[in-house]
Amino acid sequence: MKIAILALQGAFAEHKQMLDKLGVESFEIRQEADWEKEKDGVIIPGGESTVMLKLLHELNLFDKIKKDIETGLPVFGTCAGLIILSSKVDDPRSPFSRIGTMDIDTCRNAYGRQLGSFYIEEQLKGIEPKVPMTFIRAPYINKVGEGVEVLAEVKGHIVAARQNNQFVTAFHPELNEDTHIHQLFINIVNEYIAAK
Amino acid sequence: MKENRKELNRNLAQMLKGGVIMDVTTPEQARIAEAAGACAVMALERIPADIRAAGGVSRMSDPKMIRGIQEAVSIPVMAKVRIGHFAEAQILQAIEIDYIDESEVLSPADDIYHIDKNEFEVPFVCGAKDLGEALRRISEGATMIRTKGEPGTGDIIQAVRHMRMIQSEMRRIQSLNEDELYEAAKQLRSPYELVKYVHDNGKLPVVNFAAGGVATPADAALMMQLGAEGVFVGSGIFKSGNPEKRARAIVQAVTNYNDPKVLAELSEDLGEAMVGINESEIALLMAERGK
Repeated sequence: MKIAILALQGAFAEHKQMLDKLGVESFEIRQEADWEKEKDGVIIPGGESTVMLKLLHELNLFDKIKKDIETGLPVFGTCAGLIILSSKVDDPRSPFSRIGTMDIDTCRNAYGRQLGSFYIEEQLKGIEPKVPMTFIRAPYINKVGEGVEVLAEVKGHIVAARQNNQFVTAFHPELNEDTHIHQLFINIVNEYIAAK
Repeated sequence: MKENRKELNRNLAQMLKGGVIMDVTTPEQARIAEAAGACAVMALERIPADIRAAGGVSRMSDPKMIRGIQEAVSIPVMAKVRIGHFAEAQILQAIEIDYIDESEVLSPADDIYHIDKNEFEVPFVCGAKDLGEALRRISEGATMIRTKGEPGTGDIIQAVRHMRMIQSEMRRIQSLNEDELYEAAKQLRSPYELVKYVHDNGKLPVVNFAAGGVATPADAALMMQLGAEGVFVGSGIFKSGNPEKRARAIVQAVTNYNDPKVLAELSEDLGEAMVGINESEIALLMAERGK
């Protein structure tokens, strides 16, 4: 199994460390040619969604990634990655279109500025112990569409969800030691490999 | 400051990695920077090149001006306070700034003590010329480090010197035996625990950016290849002929810093770079402020 990690800006190295811990091979996507490599899934990390969207378009990666996700490539988006996958975002601030393949309505910078950032341990569906959740100037999901399964809620807001091959968290599982959530994504990837 | 908050503040810096933080003086410039792909902006009344030209005492910016920039953009907004001026920092915390830069670009308010940054909820970034300075700032509570460079010059030499110094001292610490770390801490005038962290991990416990003198995509790529995790661009953008295009090129150069073909394309037709002054031509070395 090989996972592509979008490495245009943000905390991509931390995702690689998590996959290393799980013994899963990964590589970085920085330009068009990188996307040609064989892959079984892709991670869109945290960072600034405005920066990543702009670079996705300018580096001609946007259409290719979007098409592959639409045709079933498993994707895991954290924080900015969740925003990029959202079909609707209030105040997106970016003139560039989002990948938007997931039927979720998202509120950006939902907890305010950095002073609103927080850490909590909460339940996520399908994982036995509570998992660490780090929210950094994070978004949350206002509403999900019909085919979307809500996986976690914190303080009354949806912070993790899945729609078939797409899995998103508003928080950053890559910033803590706990690998449960990355393992959950790897399980999704395995489902898709088995179905091929 | 609670341990939890310090971790969250280090985490925000992690989200800025691979990005470009741009100096802006107006909401209009902030919008240009955001549209060009800045991952954060530094709000200040005058960019370092103009501070240098104007001379005199240079202070924290008007909070109203900073608030105007906070309203104009959705990316994190940083602002500078004078070294040691904890009251200025309290004011910036009150307006919920995302990051405070305790900066040698402004006139120092205290020639002995830096701000006790552990007392604050908001995060701080500080400049460093070498590993000892970096670790002292981290011990005071800084959750992000940048090279000092020589602000407002467009001359990259000092940023290179500082980044190389920090990296080579970290390699040296890594090569030491455990029982030699106490002496190393003494020489670095830094807490043993932080020296031990560098020894065990081969890196700082916080994100390290390049700053001071970055003017071209090539400068940005140079700093990234030397080990910077992102760059600050101060005067280099809005003192150049075509700020929008140059900003955009530097953002892309930071992502593809290892691909000379991409860098060649990015370096084309950028218009005039900031004029710049050589390190040897200036009377005031800001990097010597606060050690």
